[in-house]
Amino acid sequence: MSLVFAGVCSHAPGITGRAKLADPKLRDDLYASYDRMRERIEATKPDALIVVAAEHFANFFMNNMPAYCMGMAEQYEGPIEDEDWLAIKRRTVPGNPGLSQRLIRSVMEDTDLAYAEEWKFDHGIMVPLNFLTPRYDLPVIPVNINCQGPPLTPLHRAWRFGRALRRACDEQPERIALIGTGGVSHWPATPDSGVINEAWDHEFLDRFINNRKDALLSYTDEETFRDAGQGGFEIRTFITVAGATEGSIGELLIYAPIPIFAVGCTVAIMNIGERPATEALLETA
Amino acid sequence: MSLYYVQKLLYQLNRDSHTQQRYREDFEGLLAEYELDDEERDALRDGDIGLLYVMGVNGQILMHYSALIGQEWHEYIEAMKDGVKQHGPVRGGLYTLLEERDQ
Repeated sequence: MSLVFAGVCSHAPGITGRAKLADPKLRDDLYASYDRMRERIEATKPDALIVVAAEHFANFFMNNMPAYCMGMAEQYEGPIEDEDWLAIKRRTVPGNPGLSQRLIRSVMEDTDLAYAEEWKFDHGIMVPLNFLTPRYDLPVIPVNINCQGPPLTPLHRAWRFGRALRRACDEQPERIALIGTGGVSHWPATPDSGVINEAWDHEFLDRFINNRKDALLSYTDEETFRDAGQGGFEIRTFITVAGATEGSIGELLIYAPIPIFAVGCTVAIMNIGERPATEALLETA
Repeated sequence: MSLYYVQKLLYQLNRDSHTQQRYREDFEGLLAEYELDDEERDALRDGDIGLLYVMGVNGQILMHYSALIGQEWHEYIEAMKDGVKQHGPVRGGLYTLLEERDQ
């Protein structure tokens, strides 16, 4: 079939683990936005969900760090974190190795990526799944972009990876949903945790929602680090989704800065169904 | 200074139940498998989050380790702040850039 859904969301561990410490109104609005995203995903009746994540040293380390990696396992497990700390129970998550293998072969025509038949999910994937596939009955295909240990893949490569991923999805008979998950500005797990650069976030999300490629790719890592923290490097996951939905316009379901969650919490959907991407591309050409 | 191996030990401890069992039952034996200096071994023996942060351990690794040893969130954040007060600015890794930004 093809790609049937695309969106992005936050994955900060505080969203579940520190839920009781947040302003209840802000928290509940955020949770309602995840629910809306889940309903939109379910309405597209996907056969699998690709999660483009920026993991946090759960599987990949500086001894052999892939810029891009896709899971190819029968099943995955997570979270690696203490269950009470994250407030998510450890469990197995189904995969689809056959589909993974076909996607990997196709993406490799354009982008070199590693694969992994073993993968332990951390909060970066488990927090989104907790809201979006709460019964854990939808096969998940994890993708990782190294956003933690520089050198990092350039932004224009993340965009190109997204395009390759879109083409790979469109070649498959399955109905595929895609989410990217990462932070906008944040300084997670440091003494600056809770700092949020709202102006920077609004500007970035405007570029993302309107799929402004040149503007999205114009950030340097030095600027991002200065203005959006080391957590800002995770915009690569958003940019991959933007590349996969080139020519589409998005819808921001929520942007809510919640310091105890250490990030401006974001849920957004790209309206890929409204018009064919090729048509939109012709208009912008 | 062997920041790489400090982080490698914590990375494996965070994700691997076998390493967690060795951490509980044979911590000295586990430590001996990594190329660490005395200060690093002491910081790991003490679960000294503040000093590990100052050494330059990545916060994502440190945060998972903090959860593993049962710290509350505010204790974790305070431990890093106290570490900087006690031991000075971050010495290695990504966060040295944060210090440069603040100067």
